Amino acid sequence: MLTAWLYVGIFLVVAVLLPAVAIALAGILAPKKSNPIKTSVYECGIEVVGPARVQIKAQYYIYAMVFLVFDVEMVLLFPWAVAFKQLPLFAVFEGILFLLILLGGLFYAWRKGALEWF
Amino acid sequence: MSAFQIVFLLIALLTLFSALMVVFARKTIHSAFWLILALFGVAATFATLAASFFVVIQVAVYIGAIAILIIFTVMLTRRSMEESGDQLLPGWGWAALVVLIVFGGLVFMLLQWQGIFQPPQVLTAGGENLENLGMALVMPDRYVIPFEVASVLLVAAMIGAIYVAGDHKKRS
Amino acid sequence: MDGAMILEWVLKSVFILLFMTAGFAYTTLFERRMIAKFQARIGPNRAGPWGLLQPVADGLKLIFKEELIPAHADKVMFVLAPVITVIPSLIVTAVVPWGGVVDLFGRKVPLYLADVNVGLLYIMAVTSISVYGITLAGWASNNKYATLGGLRSTAQMISYEIAMGFCFVVPVLLAGSLSLVDIVEAQKKIWFIFLQPGAAIILAITMYAEVNRAPFDMPEAEQELTAGYHSEYSGMKFALFFMAEYIKMIAVSMIFATLFLGGYHFPFVDQIPVIGPYLGPFVLLAKTLVLLFGFIWVRATLPRIRYDRLMAFGWKVLFPLSLLSVLVTAAMVLLVK
Repeated sequence: MLTAWLYVGIFLVVAVLLPAVAIALAGILAPKKSNPIKTSVYECGIEVVGPARVQIKAQYYIYAMVFLVFDVEMVLLFPWAVAFKQLPLFAVFEGILFLLILLGGLFYAWRKGALEWF
Repeated sequence: MSAFQIVFLLIALLTLFSALMVVFARKTIHSAFWLILALFGVAATFATLAASFFVVIQVAVYIGAIAILIIFTVMLTRRSMEESGDQLLPGWGWAALVVLIVFGGLVFMLLQWQGIFQPPQVLTAGGENLENLGMALVMPDRYVIPFEVASVLLVAAMIGAIYVAGDHKKRS
Repeated sequence: MDGAMILEWVLKSVFILLFMTAGFAYTTLFERRMIAKFQARIGPNRAGPWGLLQPVADGLKLIFKEELIPAHADKVMFVLAPVITVIPSLIVTAVVPWGGVVDLFGRKVPLYLADVNVGLLYIMAVTSISVYGITLAGWASNNKYATLGGLRSTAQMISYEIAMGFCFVVPVLLAGSLSLVDIVEAQKKIWFIFLQPGAAIILAITMYAEVNRAPFDMPEAEQELTAGYHSEYSGMKFALFFMAEYIKMIAVSMIFATLFLGGYHFPFVDQIPVIGPYLGPFVLLAKTLVLLFGFIWVRATLPRIRYDRLMAFGWKVLFPLSLLSVLVTAAMVLLVK
């Protein structure tokens, strides 16, 4: 298993090289004639109004929070699924109970309108 | 020094450096991205231990979910995006002393343990046995109670977050 | 770990990288020609026979284009963002098996890069980090459209990731393993799409959303966000975003083919004498091509979904349905046992 991860690790390093080489090559070959008009931020061709980094909606945060909870539960479900064929009936229902608690959480979020996009 | 140890040292240095940059970065969002790199270093450390399940959990949950939550939180707080004041608190000397004492204590404890001088034990050739892990999580004589309690705890955390954010909306 | 093994591994990884890059170039041509056919046009056919040199011409043009970095942008992050976007789309293919173990030059060579025992979770993990390049690009550009596009894309991808993850549980339940090699071998008799067509359809929809393709290409909705997160990118950096999108399309098609369409297996192909075992990669390629055509077909046919409906569809339709399909699959496996 260690060799498998070693392969993945070195593949990651090789994969970094591809875009890095592309950017370096373009950096050498591309023309560089910059001026303030060219580097101004695009906004429909008019003067920029206000900062771009504004305060975002709280809704994004709620989505991320709900996602985090379900992500953790989903990851815990994978070992259960792997062992599923060896499990006695009781343990199978433990897993299903886990799923149902999760479903309860989903319906709470639904009822409270946390999934609505305002 | 074997190639394996060099790889480990590189990963450890990367993790430590990015952890330090989380503290020293002047922009909050830069801190968040350094934190992602630090978490990635931890995942790589798990990979050197051949603990595959922990590698993917570390990446999927910490980098894939918690770090996104942190980035959204940073973008929610517009005012404090850039820190321009002094980065050291007045009492930083005392804090450094406490940190040194704790670090020394940890090193001392680890040196007492014989296992630290031995090479890590090799797990089974095919990596850890996920079937055993799955069985352990749901078998009544093993960890079924923590497993179910964890799910209840997660749902409770979500309900809390929704309540807090919903309250915020009514006020504004 | 000897010299020959390292050589074998280096050859394999370089091959995958070259294949994905070439695949990206010709998928763009394939898409442009197909969309032209759908719209009763001719499409690019001037550069080389049937326009086959068009991707080369495009690549050369983009290398020589001036690259601009907008004023007040975060320069380091602005350059880093396209690199970070490309990497996950490449490394997700590391665990996809191209074929079984074959005899090559007197060695037993497995036709996959790494058989990680948590292969499917590895794919989940890599998909979940692929949002960062886009968020980073949106934030670093210091442009309102880019920021909005990046944010929207992040929220969309995490919403559809949940349904995708539960659909991944279905093949695990059926095969009893997380390793993609085991999952493909379990489909030797019957493909999982025939056992669980519902989960396969949900997975296909979520994968369209994960790669931000039509009808879920909200992050780059031209009419309202100009070009979304890559509004400010030009030249090679733009090409890298473009490349990441198409490589993701190929990777996702390969993963879908592996999970539900039997991967490198096709009835009777491996019984062909002599060359049978070597045909695995070609079977997988043929399936990938069919799925890529599906991507293009959908883009030519369906209009874009409104953002609030898109989020509602992910959370209120696909997520409960994917949970249901896990329960149904569990019941099915129990009954067979």
